[in-house]
Amino acid sequence: MPVVVSPVKTQTPRHAGFVRVTHWLTVVAFVALLITGGEIVISHPRFYWGETGNVNMSPLFTIPIPSSRDTVPTGYKYVMPDQNGWSRYLHFQAAWLLVFTGAVYLIAGFATSHFRKNLVPIHGERSLGAHWRRIAQYLRRSPPGSDEVRSYNVLQRTSYLTVIFILFPLVIWTGLALSPGFNAAFPFFVNVLGGRQSARTLHFFVSGALLLFLVVHIVMVAVSGFWTRTRPMIVGRAVSSEEEP
Amino acid sequence: MSQISRRKLITGGLITAAVGVTGLAAADRIARRYGLIPPDSGGIYGPGETLTYAAQRLITTHSLAREFPRSMISKNPFANEVDKPNDEFKRHQASNFTDWRLAVDGMVANPVSLSLSDIKAMPYRSQITEVVCEEGWSYVAEWIGTPLHEVLHTAEVLPQARYIVYHSIQPEWWESIDMADALHPQTFLTWGMNDGDLPYGFGGPLRMRVPRQLGYKSVKYIVHLTATDSLKSFGKGLGSASPEAGYAWYAGI
Repeated sequence: MPVVVSPVKTQTPRHAGFVRVTHWLTVVAFVALLITGGEIVISHPRFYWGETGNVNMSPLFTIPIPSSRDTVPTGYKYVMPDQNGWSRYLHFQAAWLLVFTGAVYLIAGFATSHFRKNLVPIHGERSLGAHWRRIAQYLRRSPPGSDEVRSYNVLQRTSYLTVIFILFPLVIWTGLALSPGFNAAFPFFVNVLGGRQSARTLHFFVSGALLLFLVVHIVMVAVSGFWTRTRPMIVGRAVSSEEEP
Repeated sequence: MSQISRRKLITGGLITAAVGVTGLAAADRIARRYGLIPPDSGGIYGPGETLTYAAQRLITTHSLAREFPRSMISKNPFANEVDKPNDEFKRHQASNFTDWRLAVDGMVANPVSLSLSDIKAMPYRSQITEVVCEEGWSYVAEWIGTPLHEVLHTAEVLPQARYIVYHSIQPEWWESIDMADALHPQTFLTWGMNDGDLPYGFGGPLRMRVPRQLGYKSVKYIVHLTATDSLKSFGKGLGSASPEAGYAWYAGI
């Protein structure tokens, strides 16, 4: 096979190789976690606060859906099929994939100064005002400046940093705090959250925040041109007009 | 990309792959030797299940499940639904469980058949721990029982034994745990709850309590323990009834 050396390849890619690979592995893991997590919730769609919670106790809130267990009073006569077995297996397998992917991403990210160069808001934009200005620009629907072709704007940077350094660590922490084996070794992680049921409720809300990010992320990508934004995340290069046929 | 760097890349890739495969094979041998591979490690969810079990065994072997103050005992604990008692159980119920027997066999020097009063005459303990169901709910109760290691000591379990298989009087309910859990000080053959007898709904007269794992490992109505060095010959060889029904054998998560 001949090696084609194209001038485009010598350019710095829009997204580094490790960013692309870990991005899509995270997509696979997160979608699996989301589906199986939702499936597990169906077996007990009631949430509590504190250490304990069960159908003999009053819930903090209830999700108005049928349950996959006939012991849960839902108001529906219908009992959903039990899918917890494979859901739990896949949930934890996907969690391992997420943890390994996250570890590779963090190590590579720090080693290449990815976070400092590409994700920490640039000087002069580290203020609430800068975020408001970019929101206003979105609301006015004025097109992004040329600087946004090859770099993230301040809202993207803050959102991505929040997801990477706050939401994912929190969802892993609150998830681990549901493991009776892990809790035996490290009781602090569940106790500081206020107990097992608090950890479960927080796990649900942090997952909800990540789902919200996913939805907004996909909508923004779609609005700004789905393929022009998605292609560089797959092949690395940004689409420029010279490359268009 | 030049030819040189391509050759380097391929060579490097092959070396990495060879080291990786050798490393995985070595890791697998070591993991098997130290009992870090669960019986349900085959199949598409095997890698995740093995990682979870191995990680928890490396970290949690000697840790104790959280215990709670008396004030945190659930006022109204939830007894999960159980099958209707079978005829054999009803006969025991009618005779107040005087003929209930726990058979202990397999890799033991002294196979025994113990009555409830035999078990209760052994040193016993109480613990206030949480029952945690895989569905998401939980409650805290005081559990009074004979630590499983006392019973295993009486039966003189052999050092080759690696698992304890336990059976309910309901034949479809059987489970197994490794020796780390079987000899753990909080693993009880439980016969009392909250200062009284263990009620039927909670597994009375005799329930295995494994507080570092989810509730489905805490099988109710225990009549039979078997010590073994391999789970291959039990059921479908996956370790217990749970994996046969699609649930993980190891339930520490």
